[in-house]
Amino acid sequence: MANVFPKWVNTIPIKVIVAAILIKTAVIAGFTYYFTPKYTRVGYAPTQPVAFSHALHSGQLEIDCRYCHTNVDRSEHSNVPATEVCMSCHSMVRKDDPLLAPVRDSYASGEPIPWVRIHKTPDYVYFNHAVHVNRGISCVECHGRVDQMKVVHHDKPLSMGFCLECHRNPEEYIRPPEEVYNLDWERPETEEFKETAVGFVHDWKVNPPQSCSGCHR
Amino acid sequence: MRIFFAIFIFAIVTVVSILGFRGSLSTKPPLEVFPDMDRQARYKPQAENSFFDDGRNDRPIPSGAVARGNYLNYNEVFSEDFVDLRLGDVAYNKGKHADDTFVQTLPTEVTYANMEHGRLKYEIFCVSCHGAAGDGNGVTKPYGVLAASYHDDRLRNESDGYIYDVIMNGKGLMYGLSDRLSADEAWSIVLYFRALQFSQNASVEELTPAQRDLLGI
Repeated sequence: MANVFPKWVNTIPIKVIVAAILIKTAVIAGFTYYFTPKYTRVGYAPTQPVAFSHALHSGQLEIDCRYCHTNVDRSEHSNVPATEVCMSCHSMVRKDDPLLAPVRDSYASGEPIPWVRIHKTPDYVYFNHAVHVNRGISCVECHGRVDQMKVVHHDKPLSMGFCLECHRNPEEYIRPPEEVYNLDWERPETEEFKETAVGFVHDWKVNPPQSCSGCHR
Repeated sequence: MRIFFAIFIFAIVTVVSILGFRGSLSTKPPLEVFPDMDRQARYKPQAENSFFDDGRNDRPIPSGAVARGNYLNYNEVFSEDFVDLRLGDVAYNKGKHADDTFVQTLPTEVTYANMEHGRLKYEIFCVSCHGAAGDGNGVTKPYGVLAASYHDDRLRNESDGYIYDVIMNGKGLMYGLSDRLSADEAWSIVLYFRALQFSQNASVEELTPAQRDLLGI
């Protein structure tokens, strides 16, 4: 009796298995890589109504974060400054620059400048800026090196895993309170500093919640 | 099988070329793959609100009202002779007595903590224009900001209340900081301001021999 199936049919199961493994791997890799805030949020850099450069103001001129974001250490919300804050210098500096026209218009009319918000937590997340910066967690931990950004972009994923990473090990992120607004500060890699950091966590009674209701309401 | 590999590679290249890599800058808002209840109809600070004519969520304070927990508009609300046990009197909040004369000397305690507080606030709000030594040589000077030097006889002889008034309400080209400073912060800046003046206008005779030895003069 002649063979019903030609010989190449023998390789079909192997080929199907190889193809299935490849497709599955690719799909899983694709989901892991793309379906995460590390991809969806990081790098968001909207065009703002005024081409304000943090690299110039904060980096080069070393204006303190709190000069404009004054409420960061006294409120849960870190405010975008009023136009008047811009005008305290720009009534003198570049006072006829067309790039600053929206600022002057806003100051004259009282209409706010429509800045585009970049960092958004979901609405069921209650993040409090003041408790973080007043207990030695620097701006840079969540916002990155804003002082080097000409156009601000979303630098960290701000996912729940990202928050918990620090909430579980605060001593690895906490820093001396006077360095909180110094984005340039480098953490000393010494045993001595590690002990100091553990001391900060203990002395300031830093007890970051890991329960759901700590942040979700 | 070759056809399969060709399609497989093509699919990966297509996906990667469309979606790009993690962290690449984009002006497009972040993709929210599963929106869940991330964006709720809830009032957020400084957010937009189509309900009100001016589109703002933050409502201006009606005249004669005090925002809860916020006495920054204290002066506009209370009458001249109002005395609050916790906040002090009008002289404390305004730097002026009821008859419009300036308070002569600091109404706060002169302590090291208060001085440090003043230095901290000075380095946030004043140093960019007036400089670390208070000589008017801040980083903004090359850009055309004209800031006063503290080291002249007129400012040495002005009352503390006058300095307080200038910090809060501005003078000439300088804008007031009453929207960003509380009364006790402004008074501590006045204290540090006096220290800066003294630092540039002290004579060797005022030091004890021990202090002179320490400085080597």
